[in-house]
Amino acid sequence: MTGWSEVEYTAVRELRGPLAIVDGVSGVGWDEFVRITLDSGELRYGLVLEVDRELAVVQVLEDTSGMDPAGVRVSFAGEPLRIPVGPDWLGRVCNGRGEPVDGGPPVFGERGAAVGGTPINPVRREPPSDPVLTGVGAVDGLTTLVRGQKLPVFSVAGLPHLELAAQIAAQSTVGGDPFSVVFAGMGLTHPDARFIRDVLEERSAAGELVLLLNTADDPVIERILTPRVALTVAEDLAFTGGRHVLVVMTDMTAYAEALREVSAARGEVPARRAYPGYLYSDLASLYERCGRIRGRKGSVTVLPVLTMPAGDITHPVPDLTGYITEGQIVLSRQTHALGVYPPVDALSSLSRLMRKGAGPGRTRPDHLDLAAQMLAALSRARQVRELADLVGQAALSPTDHRYLAFDEAFLHRFVDQPRDEARSLDRTLDTAWQVLLTLPRGQLAMLPPALLDAHGAEEEETADGERRASET
Amino acid sequence: MVAVSGSAEASGRFVHRAAPGDSCRVLRVAGPLVEMEYVGDTAMYDLVSLGEAGIPGEVVAISGSVVTVQSYEYTGGLAPGDVARPQGAPLSASLGPGLLGGVFDGLLRPLSGSGDWLAPGAAQGVAEERAWLFVPAVSEGDRVHEGGVLGQIRDGGPVPLRVLVPPGAGGVVERVAPEGRYRQEAVVAAVSGTEVRIGTTWPVRRPRPVRERGGEREALATGQRVIDLLFPVARGGTVAVPGGFGTGKTMLLQQIAKWCDADVIVYVGCGERGNEMADVIAELSALEDPRGGGRLADRTVTIANTSNMPMMAREASIYTGATVAEYFRDMDLDVVVIADSTSRWAEALREFASRTGALPAEEGYPAGLASAIAAFYERAGAVTTLGGGRGSVTVIGAVSPPGGDLTEPVTAHTERFVRCLWSLDRDLAYARHYPAVSWAGSFSRDAAALAARHAAAGDPAWSARRDRIASVLAEADRLADLVDLIGITALPDQERVSVLAGRLVREGVLRQSALSAHDAYCGPDKAAALAEAVLAVVGRCRELVASGLPAATVETVDFGPVLRAGEEVGPHDAEGVRARREAMLARLGELRGPGVSHRAVAGRDVSDRDWLE
Repeated sequence: MTGWSEVEYTAVRELRGPLAIVDGVSGVGWDEFVRITLDSGELRYGLVLEVDRELAVVQVLEDTSGMDPAGVRVSFAGEPLRIPVGPDWLGRVCNGRGEPVDGGPPVFGERGAAVGGTPINPVRREPPSDPVLTGVGAVDGLTTLVRGQKLPVFSVAGLPHLELAAQIAAQSTVGGDPFSVVFAGMGLTHPDARFIRDVLEERSAAGELVLLLNTADDPVIERILTPRVALTVAEDLAFTGGRHVLVVMTDMTAYAEALREVSAARGEVPARRAYPGYLYSDLASLYERCGRIRGRKGSVTVLPVLTMPAGDITHPVPDLTGYITEGQIVLSRQTHALGVYPPVDALSSLSRLMRKGAGPGRTRPDHLDLAAQMLAALSRARQVRELADLVGQAALSPTDHRYLAFDEAFLHRFVDQPRDEARSLDRTLDTAWQVLLTLPRGQLAMLPPALLDAHGAEEEETADGERRASET
Repeated sequence: MVAVSGSAEASGRFVHRAAPGDSCRVLRVAGPLVEMEYVGDTAMYDLVSLGEAGIPGEVVAISGSVVTVQSYEYTGGLAPGDVARPQGAPLSASLGPGLLGGVFDGLLRPLSGSGDWLAPGAAQGVAEERAWLFVPAVSEGDRVHEGGVLGQIRDGGPVPLRVLVPPGAGGVVERVAPEGRYRQEAVVAAVSGTEVRIGTTWPVRRPRPVRERGGEREALATGQRVIDLLFPVARGGTVAVPGGFGTGKTMLLQQIAKWCDADVIVYVGCGERGNEMADVIAELSALEDPRGGGRLADRTVTIANTSNMPMMAREASIYTGATVAEYFRDMDLDVVVIADSTSRWAEALREFASRTGALPAEEGYPAGLASAIAAFYERAGAVTTLGGGRGSVTVIGAVSPPGGDLTEPVTAHTERFVRCLWSLDRDLAYARHYPAVSWAGSFSRDAAALAARHAAAGDPAWSARRDRIASVLAEADRLADLVDLIGITALPDQERVSVLAGRLVREGVLRQSALSAHDAYCGPDKAAALAEAVLAVVGRCRELVASGLPAATVETVDFGPVLRAGEEVGPHDAEGVRARREAMLARLGELRGPGVSHRAVAGRDVSDRDWLE
């Protein structure tokens, strides 16, 4: 794809961390793609980070280990890194740079596209609507993922976020329209990478999946490329190929660390927690590559997964992510400790676009009311739980006891599901009804009476339990 | 409407220093930072066109033989040795009637005509094709001063637009075009040798001059009760809106853009979400103008620089927005600039400072951050224009503190320079209390001046009402901590009423649903009536408790009539609110009368009723 220049430079002046500084270059532009030939014949690639008169600072994707300044030849592509794009990517398994690791030939495509991407014109954007159904009850029911949305999963080390990401990647659908998944793994351990390949094998075989795996022992710098390759492939599948594409990117914290490493090697002024000052813009340049475009079929939906270091939601990576994305799905240690999978903390989770992707004509007419009632009841249940811890269960009113029962049912019947269950939306919403009906009818004020009748909500028993309701 | 034009300005104010084509060489490229040779005739903040693609950039430093340029677009492929052409003029906005209803990028280049993707240079060179109906207001031979009205533009939208004598010009009208349709670049008059066109240009970093700043302060009605009642902003004032993610910042700003009683709204989406921007654009186009006729979009200028669009154009976008606002202000209009979010602008400053190797101050921000913020907010103001009329620019800037930390530099500096602070509270947002403006963490330094205005305008009780609401909230907050500790039942009865009063004010007055047809906007009369209603109900509750009724009984009353009044009656229906207040007072009155309603005390023990009679 890339037409390499004839000129090869041999004057490498400095090697430091992932950086190589090449002397005596001319006509080399910023952000050009670079090929480095080692004495052994090994090829490495890089990007131009800076050109200063005759010096070019090159970020080597595979790292500089084993490189001898006297024994390398450097040539420049005259253009930014481009990759072939097209449907040939479907069904392939590649490394973080997009080179096949499935034993197949290199991926070909009729067209090429720069991995940096081009911003979508905001006036040409079509506001997102219609859901992506993940088959995960807690997500579909309460934080519906909408086509064209970016919705991250915030997790903590030790929680099954990878399992959840894989499950969503394996079983998401958009009804009858063509649908594909691009899965970008960054900094995965080998067992994790193996696990992902196994779980997604079926979808891959069906030609609906592009898998990019950068493992923890792969070059750190490659991680900076992985999400960009994934999004470039996805954009083409969506906006040229007319597919709805879900891009799952995990783990964004590993990505941000790679970014920090390069920034430190360049001697840039560090901002919060030594991450570079441009972390927000850099993350936005990834997350913003989702959406829909007027007059084109297809959509790109982005589901980044990140682990909050030490569970701190104000850490720069989750914090800046939260500012860019349209909501978040938060996993909690407490829920996990109760043996519930997926351990979604429904009260901290939010899908800002849910109103546009769920409800009449999109999912089911009762969906939004159900979700609102569920969250309201859950919030009350949590207060009751705190009260019970304080004053003991014996002091609770009968209604309070019903809320505790609701909380149990919510966790174990609504949220909890097997890791291989693709729960239908109807099943999810019907379960939501069953769980809500553990509460007396008087507590379900957000649901229309007609629906309550239809689902056989139990009539008010005594008013006794209601006394505290008006006090809180 | 090509904003990035280096041509000499029609008024002759900008001296053309370097002829187009005088070129020099690029020396260094590191992302948006470009260094080039100094070949003379290059001044600070001049525009530079980089490479054959003509990427726009701006001179930010000149040191010896090296000129540092910040590029407004992606510089991929730009190499040392490439040509760079100084344009001899600073970055200027092309201003004209075509701005209204349009969507532009950070350099004020129209986005509507561009394709689905914004490749570098894609937005360049889209010319404004429309022609406007010009009606002259002067005759040849008349004497005019700078800022004077030369003519009107009749079909520029719902607000009256004018063609003015440019700042610095003035004298005898030598020529004036007859009534007719003219395009933006057409010359419609000449004043003492200065040609005047339908449109004009202005360097974005320089405030447009005014005759005098300050003067009488009037309230900007925003239609949001918590603001209009507690933290009002004056026309020409400045507001910062800090709030962590998920606190409803953008929602509040959009509400103000839709409902506030300004003539022109300039909405600057600065480094925010693309889908959100698409939403704003779609909603503004769909909304009918509450001031009657047409679409709201027709008196709105949208500047969209989403977070993935070039960083440095984001830096320019808030100055561009301020310049557009000043252009309309000079036509004696009230303009509101909404900048969402100034933190992203500050981050652009930081990124660039770090690339130039500037010494960092707090958290990597350049030492000039505070003065840059202060200078930006100073572009707001109520003024007497050069022409002697009155206009104002109100600036409302969102701040996105990282990690919700209000001590971080951008928030900390901003709150020193603004007249009002509407601080958004995560706990309120979490409790679905919108708008989540914290009454404890917000302030309005305009309140005293505006109280006098309200009094003069026939609402002498405004100030007292504000004080009473504030004191109810403060008392309830103080007690809330105590309640958490010892429980509500341990409080004395009057204190329990204070807690109840806090809830009634929060839910009945301050909470407002942006999705409700009746409640998204609240007229000043209705806001006052609602506040009065809740305060009257609180007063009656106090009387009841003072007369011996247990607070527990008062707490069980259904306060629905006043709590739901906001949603149930129309945005200007103060009478409807008063009717509900009377109904509520009557219901409370029943508590004291004979045959006490079982409704009010349903479910209580008989012993609870011992107080009756």
